[in-house]
Amino acid sequence: MTEPLLALAGVHTHIGQYHILQGVDFAVPRGGLTMLLGRNGAGKTTCLRTIMGLWRASRGSVRYDGRDVTQLGTPELARLGIAYVPENMGIFAGLTVRENLVLAARERRLDDARLDWIFGFFPALRTFFSGFAGNLSGGQKQMLAIARAIVEPRALLLVDEPTKGLAPAIVASLIEAFRELKRTDTTILVVEQNFHFARSLGDSVAVMDSGRIVHAGAMAAFAADEPLQTRLLGLSLEAHQ
Amino acid sequence: MTAPAASAPAAAAAPAAPALAGRRIDWIPLALVVALAAAALPLTGSGPTWLTLTVAGLAMGMMIFIMASGLTLVFGLMDVMNFAHGAFITVGAYAAASILIALKGSMQEASVAANLAAMVPAALAAIALAGALGWFFERVVIRPVYGDHLKQILVTMGGLIVCEQLIHVVWGPDIIPLPRPASFTGAITLGDAAIERYRLLAVAVGLAVFAGMWLVLNRTRLGLLIRAGVENTEMVESLGYRIRRLFVGVFVAGSGLAGLGGVMWAMYQESVNAQMGMQVMVVIFIVIIIGGLGSVGGCFVGALLVGLLANYTGYVAPKLALGSNILLMVLVLLWRPRGLYPVGKG
Repeated sequence: MTEPLLALAGVHTHIGQYHILQGVDFAVPRGGLTMLLGRNGAGKTTCLRTIMGLWRASRGSVRYDGRDVTQLGTPELARLGIAYVPENMGIFAGLTVRENLVLAARERRLDDARLDWIFGFFPALRTFFSGFAGNLSGGQKQMLAIARAIVEPRALLLVDEPTKGLAPAIVASLIEAFRELKRTDTTILVVEQNFHFARSLGDSVAVMDSGRIVHAGAMAAFAADEPLQTRLLGLSLEAHQ
Repeated sequence: MTAPAASAPAAAAAPAAPALAGRRIDWIPLALVVALAAAALPLTGSGPTWLTLTVAGLAMGMMIFIMASGLTLVFGLMDVMNFAHGAFITVGAYAAASILIALKGSMQEASVAANLAAMVPAALAAIALAGALGWFFERVVIRPVYGDHLKQILVTMGGLIVCEQLIHVVWGPDIIPLPRPASFTGAITLGDAAIERYRLLAVAVGLAVFAGMWLVLNRTRLGLLIRAGVENTEMVESLGYRIRRLFVGVFVAGSGLAGLGGVMWAMYQESVNAQMGMQVMVVIFIVIIIGGLGSVGGCFVGALLVGLLANYTGYVAPKLALGSNILLMVLVLLWRPRGLYPVGKG
């Protein structure tokens, strides 16, 4: 069995006086898309931020591509090939779409072929390429946030609730974009509440509750097990659509 | 990675002239500067007086801008309230004064070249010493108190007081007279208006600094990083950039500019004293709040408004002069609560 690209072992994270992650153990296999599900407040965002080094694990270890990265800072993790799309998208509103993308390109120039590929599933970004990112709609901002994360090839993509607050049509276009992304060898970890989105894309799934992983396995098996969904998430995923 | 070479037809078919495209400059604050100057014309009573006051106001504004621009970036990038910024202004002024006094001969010659031969090294020394002090300050005083505004205020105020006392130790407690260079003394007359030469120099230097900052911020990758960092520090780090290094660089550059502003201000007042930095800090804070914390453009417009208003009210209604800046800040914040050019912090 090949070593997972990312593995968390006994990870604890404190935010101020709050003990949020209480021993998280899970692995993200190379390639494919892993969904991290769970109720509100389960610790999903904290988990992603801890992986990205934005909050420091107080105990436990994070291994990425065979090395311990628990103590590395966010810029170093990014340079190792991890891209992050936060829940609030983190768009630079005062910069143009182009400038947002240029900033993410560490090669210091935008690759035209790759840009065309991205515009293929996010055509609005081509349309508003020279416009201020702050003027984009919510869905377009999410597209930009994802485009910025993949403007150059990255090994691991962390995405926090990409469908939050978006209209169904936009969600459908995001699903198409992620399908396209899955054809590359980028490994993707997505925190999500929208089950339709999760089931459409997820190869594997991990479910969090109260700061711990309470289930991990294949998405197909989890999607078929309604009682398990109800027990872990409080409602069946069908009802969550 | 699968080659993403196949460009999608949908992308090619995308419309090319978007409604959102293109940079939009908010001209209203700039129009406010023009409106203020226009409104002052009938109040001052005569064209020449208005011209004299306007140039004086612009010169004052430019000098305040040079001193304040670094502080607004430091706040915008790292949320640091640095009350010790005034120390960089004072130290810059003293460093320059030492050189200008040593090169007194050049300063007294009625030749622009001879005067510049003294002023340029003095300005460079001011920038270097204030920048070095800024570097030391960031490492020793600021770094332990990131993220804690109350501690920042306390330790930077303390640092300012320590610097003032150290200046007394090094340069003595007396006010040091600093005559202006011979070529920039006196006034030129435009019709009936007398315009001080030194003020024209201040306007020219201020414009050059603004143009330089604008070019760096808008035409370089470093500027792109700074603008992004002012908006969302965390995201810049997530893209792989070490924001701390960038911040140290901006802090040192901002301190150096404060030093340059200190020299300009000292020659404007024709003297140097250890409290000059602290005295000007109130106006600097007003300017960066009016402009929008983190906005260099806002700082520029805010400084011009403050400079012009101080000069106009000083002439038209001297009793109002002291409070005019506060009144301006109140009005601007009632209109735009986050300043003239708000900068989002994600």
